[in-house]
Amino acid sequence: MTSAQETAVAGEKNAPNQSMPNADYTATAHKARVQDKVATGILAAIVGVIIVALVAIIVYILASGASKLVDVHFLTAKPEQFKAGGGIGPELFNSFYLLVLTLLISVPISLGAAIFLTQYAPQGRITNIAKTAIETLSSLPSIVVGLFGMLTFVLTLHWGFSILSGALALTMFNIPILVRVIQQALEAVPRDQRDAALALGLTRWEATMHVLVPAAMPAIVTGVVLSAGRVFGEAAALIYTAGQSAPVLSWSAPIWSLSNPLNVFRPAETLAVHIWKINSEGVVPDLSAVSAGTAAVLMVCILAFDIIARVAGRALERKLTAE
Amino acid sequence: MAESMSVKDLNLYYGDHQALKDITLDMPAGKVTAFIGPSGCGKSTLLRCLNRMNDRIEGCRVEGTVKLGDTDVYENYDVYELRRRVGMVFQKPNPFPLSIYDNVAYGPRHHGKPSKAELDQIVETTLTDVGLWDEVKDKLDHSGLSLSGGQAQRLCIARALAVNPGVLLMDEPTSALDPISTGLVEELAVKVAKEHTVIIVTHNMQQATRISTKCAFFYLGELVEAAPTAQLFSTPKDKRTEDYLTGRFG
Repeated sequence: MTSAQETAVAGEKNAPNQSMPNADYTATAHKARVQDKVATGILAAIVGVIIVALVAIIVYILASGASKLVDVHFLTAKPEQFKAGGGIGPELFNSFYLLVLTLLISVPISLGAAIFLTQYAPQGRITNIAKTAIETLSSLPSIVVGLFGMLTFVLTLHWGFSILSGALALTMFNIPILVRVIQQALEAVPRDQRDAALALGLTRWEATMHVLVPAAMPAIVTGVVLSAGRVFGEAAALIYTAGQSAPVLSWSAPIWSLSNPLNVFRPAETLAVHIWKINSEGVVPDLSAVSAGTAAVLMVCILAFDIIARVAGRALERKLTAE
Repeated sequence: MAESMSVKDLNLYYGDHQALKDITLDMPAGKVTAFIGPSGCGKSTLLRCLNRMNDRIEGCRVEGTVKLGDTDVYENYDVYELRRRVGMVFQKPNPFPLSIYDNVAYGPRHHGKPSKAELDQIVETTLTDVGLWDEVKDKLDHSGLSLSGGQAQRLCIARALAVNPGVLLMDEPTSALDPISTGLVEELAVKVAKEHTVIIVTHNMQQATRISTKCAFFYLGELVEAAPTAQLFSTPKDKRTEDYLTGRFG
């Protein structure tokens, strides 16, 4: 029955009261529609401001560093201490090397912790303590992580300012985020799917490794790559752990030499630390150009991580569900 | 080989709450036994005792005996071996995030070391048995998650049957399916019961009359009445059964 018919029927039975509820209804509906329009307008304006601000920042950074971005010499040469024309070759390599090491350490640990917390730990005390610890760690200022890293790795363990100290500090910084992302990914897998594996006579471990983790893989990969973007741009945690100097690198140097790129006991300035250093104590004449160029390179790398995260996540998802 | 199951004096508690009270019931080999009753009556809980899926629920305690054939499943069975012999199909179709082929091959691979040729044979036979072979034979490498609800549920039945269990438990297997898929799954339940005893939980009384040989009515954790299906529906002995069957509650 349509509402018009309804009104007609109601009208026949109860004519005198017919107009009253209708008028009320129209007024309320009108008010609700206006509210809806106003809310839509305000929300759209907020999002608009955010987008404009973000785009402006990105465009400004890219435009300021555009000439350096396509300059092969800048991307590969070593930095200069006093004269113009220095590059960021070692910094670029250091950033990626630190990132790879950090992920190599933090992904397995986080995956294990997330699996334990979602599948094995009895719900209650242990999971609550772990949850609180993880949340506290993830909101710890990165400079605190950096200073802790300096006291522990650099000074107490005598590793000095080194890639290893830096990678471990970044690991501490990365683990809480990763654990949370992976935990959410695992929890999002329908319980039914795990039950199906168990009902087939699989152990909890087999069910986790063969069914749960593969089903959660798209979300895990997306989370790992996004966290990689954060790690890649981190400066404060590295200033006091990986150090602020970038020795000239040479692939022909022996592994124990500070010049060997893969030596994890050498100091290693990254892109983000480089930006901080030249802006705070740099004396090269082309300081602002180097800083802008480095920022643009860093930005492009992080944008690339975001795009990779999305593409890889979607590709995996498609592989799982379609075909 | 179809096997019988039975429970005797079964009590189940979730913490202080008693969810099943003194259940004694035989589920004959090679037949379809249906559990009916309103939501929360304990029928799914009992089904999950039969392959010990309740083991992992915290605070869940089971007293009494559950037997597969003549063997006590809580005393004398390794839980993984029990679940190979007592398969299960769930309410919502839940294929693994693997190819259609691997979904069916998963169990046989896991429980033995079949050759590639043997596996191919198992996959083809099982998919043919569930009436899915013609629909999927050209896309065995596609993901099991790409199938429609009804096809996915038949794939799940195939996955459970591929290890040749003596008993197949079905927990409201058609409640998420359209009428045509429901019909196919019902036919399938009747057909496979000869080789794999079927025990099915259903909300749908018509479904119970269509497919089951024996029917058990549960209410508030009690087994009110169990009898051959035709008899239970035509001449229920208990007032509560009659009220439920005539739609006075539930």
